Parts: sequence; C-alpha cells; structure tokens
Amino acid sequence: MSQPVIRTQALTKAYGSRLAVDKLDLTIEPGEVFGLLGPNGAGKTTTILMLLGLTEPTSGEAIVAGFDPLRQPLEVKRRVGYMPDQVGFYDNLTGVENLRYTAKLCGFSSKEANERIANALTRVRLTEAGQRAVAGYSRGMRQRLAIAEILMKGASIAILDEPTGGLDPQSTREFLELIRSLKKDGMTILLSSHMLELVQSVCDRVALFNQGKIGLMGRVEDLLRSVLGGSHIIRIEASGAGLEEALEHVPGVTRVTREGAVLRIEATGDIRADIARAVVGADGDLTMMDAGHASLEDVYTRFFEGIPNAA
Amino acid sequence: MRREGSALAGAGTVMMKELGDNLSSSRMRMLELLVFLTGAGAVFATIGEVRDAVGEDPFVFLRIFTTAKGETLPSFAAFLGFLIPIVAIALGFDSVNSEFNGKTMSRILAQPIYRDALLFGKFMAGLTTLAVMLSALWIFVIGLAILMLGLPPGAEEVMRSFAFLIAAVAYGGAWLALAMLFSVRFRSAATAALASLAVWLLFAFFWNMLVTVVTPILAPVDPYNPLSVLHTVEVGQALSRLSPNTLFAETTLAFLNPGTRSLGLVLTSQMQGAISGPLPFSESVALVWPQVTGLLATVIALFTVAYVMFQRQEVRA
Repeated sequence: MSQPVIRTQALTKAYGSRLAVDKLDLTIEPGEVFGLLGPNGAGKTTTILMLLGLTEPTSGEAIVAGFDPLRQPLEVKRRVGYMPDQVGFYDNLTGVENLRYTAKLCGFSSKEANERIANALTRVRLTEAGQRAVAGYSRGMRQRLAIAEILMKGASIAILDEPTGGLDPQSTREFLELIRSLKKDGMTILLSSHMLELVQSVCDRVALFNQGKIGLMGRVEDLLRSVLGGSHIIRIEASGAGLEEALEHVPGVTRVTREGAVLRIEATGDIRADIARAVVGADGDLTMMDAGHASLEDVYTRFFEGIPNAA
Repeated sequence: MRREGSALAGAGTVMMKELGDNLSSSRMRMLELLVFLTGAGAVFATIGEVRDAVGEDPFVFLRIFTTAKGETLPSFAAFLGFLIPIVAIALGFDSVNSEFNGKTMSRILAQPIYRDALLFGKFMAGLTTLAVMLSALWIFVIGLAILMLGLPPGAEEVMRSFAFLIAAVAYGGAWLALAMLFSVRFRSAATAALASLAVWLLFAFFWNMLVTVVTPILAPVDPYNPLSVLHTVEVGQALSRLSPNTLFAETTLAFLNPGTRSLGLVLTSQMQGAISGPLPFSESVALVWPQVTGLLATVIALFTVAYVMFQRQEVRA
C-alpha cells in the first residue's frame, strides 16, 4: 500500500521554447484526493495528459498504477478514469449507448457491460435519464455521466480536470458528495481546479501550480500556516486618509491590502477591536467590519501575487 | 520507443459505431436517395439505345453503364465519377474534427485504445459504407437492366462490371481519405468540407483546362520536329493522370468497354495488322493496372498523411 499510485520525476513538457511543465516531481499515495491548483495555462492539463500517455513528455518520467504511460498506455488507461475539462458525449446516442461504446472499447462483454452500466448509472442517479439522448442533458448530468463512465470502467484512479467548471452551486454540492463517496471506495483521485473552495473541502493535499512548476505542495492547513503566517483575515470598509499606514502599525497585523473599497487585513489573531480603534484614531469612518478564517483562496492570492498570469 | 499492446485494439468497435452513425444519418439517406435516383434515371434514359444494340454487341449489358444520352445526359459511369466524390466527402469531412468539437476526443482516447484504432476504424467504416452503397446500386442497376432488356448478363459482363465496382470503391476511398485528411487538419468542419469540395472542383472541372494551358509551356511543340508532338501529348496525358478523376475514367473505359485497346496515344503504324475485336478480361485488367494501382496508391498516401498528422496532433482542444 505504501507504493505511490502516481509518481513523476522531473517530468517536463516543452512546446517550442516555452516550458508548459517544468521538472515536475509529484507523488500521490493510494486513496488520496490530490488537488492541482493554478491559473489557466499553468500546465495542469498538460500534466494530466502526460500521466495518461496522451501527450509525450519532453523529458523525465511518470509511473501511473505501476506502468509507464509512454510505453504501456493501454495498461495505464485501463486503470485510470479520466474526465476531461468540458466533457463531451455523442449527442445523438443515449447515456447508456455512450457508456456501452466505452465499455466495448474497454473490452467488456455485452453482459458484463450492461451490468456495470446499470450499477454505475444508479450510483450517479441517471438510471432514467440514461435512456434519453445525451443532447438533452444538462451540464451537471453530463458530468455525472462522466463519473458513471469512470465507475463503469472499474478504475482505481480517477483524474478529473476542472470537474465543477460551469456547474451551479446545487450541482457542485452534489458533485462533491460524489467525489467523497468515490474516496470512500478507496479510489485515488487527482483533480485539477481553480475553484478553491471546492478543493479545500475535498482534497487531502494540494499543489499550487504556476508556469509549469509546483510552487507549494502539502496539506491545506499546513499551507495556510506556512504561507499566511497568521490565519485571520479581517475586511473593513472605511474612509479616511492614511488609513493603510495607520493600520500597518497595529500590533498583530502582518499585511494590509486594498481591494476596491475594502481593506483586507491579515493578522495573527482576532484583533478587530484594535483595528476599530486604529481607524477611529486615524479620523476614519468605519462602515463595515468582517472577520473570517483564512482560506485557500488567500494562500492562492498571496502565492500568485506579482506573478503575471500565464494565460 | 516501443509501445505495448495492439495498435488496432478497439478498431472494430470504433468501426461498428461509426458504421451505425453513417448508415443512420439523414445526411447519408439524402445522398443515397440522390445516387439511386441518378442510377435509375441513367438506366431509363439509356435503355432505348441499349435495346437497339442488342444482337450487335456481345457486351450489350455493359452499355447500360457507359451509354450517354446525346449531349445532355452523361452516362451512368460518368455520373458516378461526379457523385462518388461527393458521397465520400460527406462521409469524411467531419469524422475527426467532430470528435474535437463535441469534446469527445480526449474522453475516447483515455480509453484503452491507441489513436491508430480511432482513425483506422473511422476510415474502414467510411469505406464500408461506400462499398455497401455502391454494391447495392450495382445490383439495383443490373436488376433493372435485366428487367428492361429481358436478357441476363454474361459471365464476363458480370466480371467486368464487378471490376468496375471495385474501382469505384477505390476511387471513393481516395476522396474519403482526402476528406479525412482535411478533417484532421482543420478543426472547423465547414472549412474541411469546403477544402475537400475545392479539391473536387479542381479535379472535376478545372484540371483538364489547366493541363491544356500548362502542357504547351512544359513541352512546347517544335514545328520542325514531328516527334515533339508526341512528347507534348505524353506530357499532357501524364499531367492529366495526376487527377483521380482521369484515373477513374480510364479504368471505367477499359473495364466496361472491352474494345478499348490502349489508353494512350496509338500511332497508325501500331494498329497495322491488329485484329479488331474485344480484349479478353485479363488483358483489360493488364491495360488499366497502372491506373488501378495509382488509385490505390492515392488512397494509401492520403491516409498515411492523415495518420501521421493525427498522431502528432495535441489531444487538448
């Protein structure tokens, strides 16, 4: 069990002179939910495609489920379920027919395929919709059908690329439940996203990606502590000259940034009273104050600050 | 670097799925209707003339395919020369790019198959569709002719018309491969369709004009050297044979008209002492062997280019 399910060593992909993925070292343990985070164009999808053997790495190597995706792609693809960014199905076929096609490509007999499809569709609550043409499916239904495909395949690893892109909050919540239930089955899940709340709530570990490199990797709580120092974020709305400078001198404040009308203050503890005093002391009018725990979003913002967005 | 596992695993599954799509699509229904109406029309139009020739020509049956009705109505074989490319293009122009546009490509390629299987399966499905359609048409026309002439076809007539059927499938295969090549090259199905139709227009209508213009430039006739005329004609013919349409037309001629002794220039001196009469089937095959090979080579070459291009393509849309 201690054998990692996915391991990459100095995995590199260059498009011309541009490095899409730059010497990536990644280890994912069995049963883990791992999140790849980063802005668009950071190299998340390229990494995933290399893990599946759909793109050839320029150098370095990867081992997925004990196989080399470059030389034994069929073995890898038999064990890995992949849900691409913006997953598509054949619109003229029904959900069941779409899955049956995939099942045949996986080499299942008709009988086995039918059983697996029925089970998978029940699991994602598409049993009835499965008889209808995919053309009439909503985005959320398509995503669930993609999960059904992964279940049907009996994959031990699921790679989900932007799994909640374009989903409404209700579907997102349902989808998260689905991911949690997959984890309960012991499936290893690698998901890429820029939906940070989602990642924070389901992932055991995350890696922050930028320009093909992993900037930070670890458990969410550890990242919060190491990157932000303190874990309290206080937002205030106040008017007055020289406020920012005044606030920076309040003990416990590690950082003050302006987001439009709102001042965002990072602090080591809950020092709302001190801040209120400081605002009033600086002759400012305090109109709103709001405190909360730091989230992954704060880590992300801090980490990518000053780095121009590649996309 | 060697990959493990068969490159064609899953090709049969892809082929059956695509075949189902092809045969049930409304696009194909319309084309089938068009082709069948054309076939029926050509037979009805020519049957009178063919009936008059019964007793004069030992291969009267083959005339059904080759007789043109005056200036206005081309022969059945000529119609096919026009229509087969259209059908083949309709089958191929969106075969690969539709997978990208429907966002199904990466999902399908994440299944345990190689890309080879996808392209090969799609090509075989297209070719099978063409073969099924043309065979049905062939049987339909022959049946109609039997009814209207009251004569059964002879063994050699069947053989010759069957050879014509094979050549027609190969001709269609070349256009199918071209359309698929464009469907790999262009992400937009409309662009791929227009590009394929542009090539078809070039070969169907403009190629011979171009050859007429270009030949005298490449091989001018020297008025003091009579042999240079021969050279000019040969160059013109070689250029003309770059077109699959010419190859198909010549193949048709040799298979369906047993009296055809040569597809090139024949000097009067060469004809001296020749006994006029139809060639045996084997000799006709030998006569057009280069043309048939040329058609097959076109299919393979175009498919190979499409294949290499597809293998090198990035999967991400």
